[in-house]
Amino acid sequence: MLHWMTTISIWMIPILILSILLYGTLKRVPTYETFVEGGKEGINMSFSLIPFLVGMLVAISVFRASGALDFIVQSLDPLLSLLHFPSEVLPLAIIRPISGTAALGMTSDLISVYGPDSFVGRLAATIQGSTDTTFYVLTVYFGAVGIKKMGDALKVGLLADLVGIIAAVIVVTLVFGMN
Amino acid sequence: MVNYIWVGMTVIGIVFGMINGTMDQVNEALFVSAKEAVTLCLGLMSILVFWLGLMKIAEESGLLDKLSILFKPFMRWLFPEVPPNHPAMGYILSNMMANTFGLGNAATPLGIKAMEQLKKLNGGKATVSRSMVTFLAINTSSVTLIPTTVIAIRMNYDAHSPTDIVFPTIIATAISAVGGVAIDRYFYYRRKRSGRE
Repeated sequence: MLHWMTTISIWMIPILILSILLYGTLKRVPTYETFVEGGKEGINMSFSLIPFLVGMLVAISVFRASGALDFIVQSLDPLLSLLHFPSEVLPLAIIRPISGTAALGMTSDLISVYGPDSFVGRLAATIQGSTDTTFYVLTVYFGAVGIKKMGDALKVGLLADLVGIIAAVIVVTLVFGMN
Repeated sequence: MVNYIWVGMTVIGIVFGMINGTMDQVNEALFVSAKEAVTLCLGLMSILVFWLGLMKIAEESGLLDKLSILFKPFMRWLFPEVPPNHPAMGYILSNMMANTFGLGNAATPLGIKAMEQLKKLNGGKATVSRSMVTFLAINTSSVTLIPTTVIAIRMNYDAHSPTDIVFPTIIATAISAVGGVAIDRYFYYRRKRSGRE
């Protein structure tokens, strides 16, 4: 099962690349020029991420280095282990719907501390990849068109995030085991 | 909100460091992590450039549009209040496609366009419509095919196989999307029963 899933994960991206390139060539798109044009956006995007990540990573690592994070996690531990929820990713789960870049900072922090191939590292990666920043989407989309009464939108969005986080914990545990 | 969290973490960290006697570690963390953040962004650049370049080809060749057509019947079921050939449908679909392929920046303008159209359908009122809540539920639980940035971070920290989280991510994201739609439907019928819609 694990072998099979890992194979799909590894094959998926190269096959997607293959299809895009072949389809583009078939449709006579100037593939290389188009690639370069699109790629330029990536440069700006990664530069504009720098201040977000510097800000968040500094705050998180001060919080962690001082021992405050451990203190909070330890005091919540009995409750979390009752729910079989890995306490290390709790801060990430809380911040994920609020700020995408903050969550990105936490994810990379968790990966660097616990290692990319650890249970926590993989779980953080999966949570980061599978949920979205509900508050951001809500603020930007509704803000841009002037919707003032949000109705059930926030509740629905946050509950969907919760489902995603729980799903990530279960799937990662099933696929990689708890090591 | 983010402001409070950000300040809160730093301030609590420093104060806790004072009490706990971990000021040395706090000092070190300040500078090491700032440097690490910059290194991380530079590491992200490689994959962002490659992926955005590739997606541009998918967009120009019409591959994304083609995928949209595939999902049309499903969209009709999801948004029963939007006429099938209304421009809102097109924007919603392109937004979902952009999200699916990890193009966050391309997704946002399309999503705003979709909201504009949904607002028109709702008579231009400043209140949320049923379709808007559904759109939002799908958007925030967005089905992701390629979690680009996460793969880049894992690469940065020398993961054995940086892409091995792709499949679990797709499964988790699919579950949350189904959950999101189910929760949305539940709230819709609840509103309907109480006569609010």
